[in-house]
Amino acid sequence: MDLDALYQEIILDHYRNPHHAGLRDPFESEVHHVNPTCGDEVTLRVHLNEDGTVGDVSYDAEGCSISQASASVMTDLVIGRPLSEALDTHAAFLELMQGKGQVEPDEDVLEDGIAFAGVAKFPARVKCALLSWMAFKDAAVQAQGEPA
Amino acid sequence: MSAGALLPDLEVIRKDFPILERTLEGGFPLVYLDSANTSQKPQVVIDAMVDHLERHNANIARAMHQLGAESTEAFEGARDKVATFLNAPSRDEVIFTKNASEALNLVARTFPLGPGDRVVITEMEHHSNIVPWQLACERSGASLDWFGIAEDGTLDLSRIDELLSPGTKVVALTWVSNMLGTINPVAEIARRAHEIGAVVVLDASQAAPHLPVDVQAVDADFVAFTGHKVTGPTGIGVLWGRTELLNALPPFLGGGEMIATVSMEKSTWAPIPHKFEAGTPPIVEAVGLGAAIDYISHVGLDAIHAHEVAITAHLLDGLASVSGVRVLGPLDAAHRGGAVSFELAGVHPHDVAQLLDSRGIAVRAGHHCAKPAHKRFGVQSSTRASSYLYTTPAEIDALIDGLEYTKNYFKVG
Repeated sequence: MDLDALYQEIILDHYRNPHHAGLRDPFESEVHHVNPTCGDEVTLRVHLNEDGTVGDVSYDAEGCSISQASASVMTDLVIGRPLSEALDTHAAFLELMQGKGQVEPDEDVLEDGIAFAGVAKFPARVKCALLSWMAFKDAAVQAQGEPA
Repeated sequence: MSAGALLPDLEVIRKDFPILERTLEGGFPLVYLDSANTSQKPQVVIDAMVDHLERHNANIARAMHQLGAESTEAFEGARDKVATFLNAPSRDEVIFTKNASEALNLVARTFPLGPGDRVVITEMEHHSNIVPWQLACERSGASLDWFGIAEDGTLDLSRIDELLSPGTKVVALTWVSNMLGTINPVAEIARRAHEIGAVVVLDASQAAPHLPVDVQAVDADFVAFTGHKVTGPTGIGVLWGRTELLNALPPFLGGGEMIATVSMEKSTWAPIPHKFEAGTPPIVEAVGLGAAIDYISHVGLDAIHAHEVAITAHLLDGLASVSGVRVLGPLDAAHRGGAVSFELAGVHPHDVAQLLDSRGIAVRAGHHCAKPAHKRFGVQSSTRASSYLYTTPAEIDALIDGLEYTKNYFKVG
């Protein structure tokens, strides 16, 4: 079993020093997602700027290294980007995670997110990696519905 | 009964379980420490099920042919074995279900409750002995209350006078906690519950594999357990209940085999146990469960329990030697079960389990279907190692080495 393929140094770095962690104001939507099989949880807030870019994503997450690192990488990838681009990145990450290890990740799109390619080969851990991404999409859609 | 002693013929017993020969990725031999989740199966159980399917398969109770008679005999023979295993006064009190959850749901769904009634459970229940009672209370207007957990992982009995007072109709609790390993004083609680006219429902899912379960000695009213944790197959569980109580309850599921007669206007019910066994039951699973009960009874539940105590003592000693480990639950092996949940500082249980799995060691990580008990100790999840009659001290040593490897990998402590 190739543990180092799962626990890439990039993932462990993000796990030890998560980016954008903590809950902040302002925000238009807040969601709470759980992984019912293991109990991992994330509370996540999204703030959209008036120009349609993602102003901030803040979160309070409890979970394993994979889920924590994934939240950190996700915020790096979506904050400051137009929401439509952020959702495209979400789709690319989802495709990578559901690809059973057969999908070649695009580093230009996913940046540090390509480190999760190995996770796709561990079916039990895919949900860990997706938890914060799913929460982001949910919160972003809700925030979009809010009048600015 | 609480003195620890390894099974003298442990190596012979291990040979009864073909899966223990497996090696996993990287050439690591399987170290199976997830028996509280499901136990492994001895060859005799596998053979009994294969033999039934190869030679005796037919539906039961209704087939007017030789195979039907053989299959019925095998199925009902399993009921006899369960009745003996539980020291049940009558074989008709043994109801086959698909698992312990269904057995507990059967009682929660059919037991008469109403506004003003109270159901008492405990904070250390598996979700399968919490959720059915929440549903029953929502449906009936009864209230739900519970025993808490003391800091040492034992049941907090400080509110017993208040909880076991008139108005309480059902006291449902686990005999042995699947997360903390706590063995609860079920006979004493049954005595107190009966003083106020409440019935006692015991979840024996973790007790039946490891302890002699005598429904008369503990004076229970209902007892549930599942086949797959006592070396039997999945897909079969047991509800035992007192005859007079089972007779008074309405049916749970309606369908074939549970009726006396059916007309288009109304139906009448078969006597117990069939009243509660609608439809074709898990026949080959019952045969497998019967073989499993024969197997563990042959080894002896007292001997199995002594083995569990010895292995658990070794496990607790080993865990105490690993800095950063915090065990959740009682620390005296003589007074607890063999499922040991723990935290490892700085490493999430998922990651602990992943690292151990890479060395062939199977444990469980998560909330073990006991979220309230985890919350009680301020943790979201834990790693759980659980043993059975085939577990060796060397496997425990492999786990302890694996934890040091895990700490090293994640550069903690």
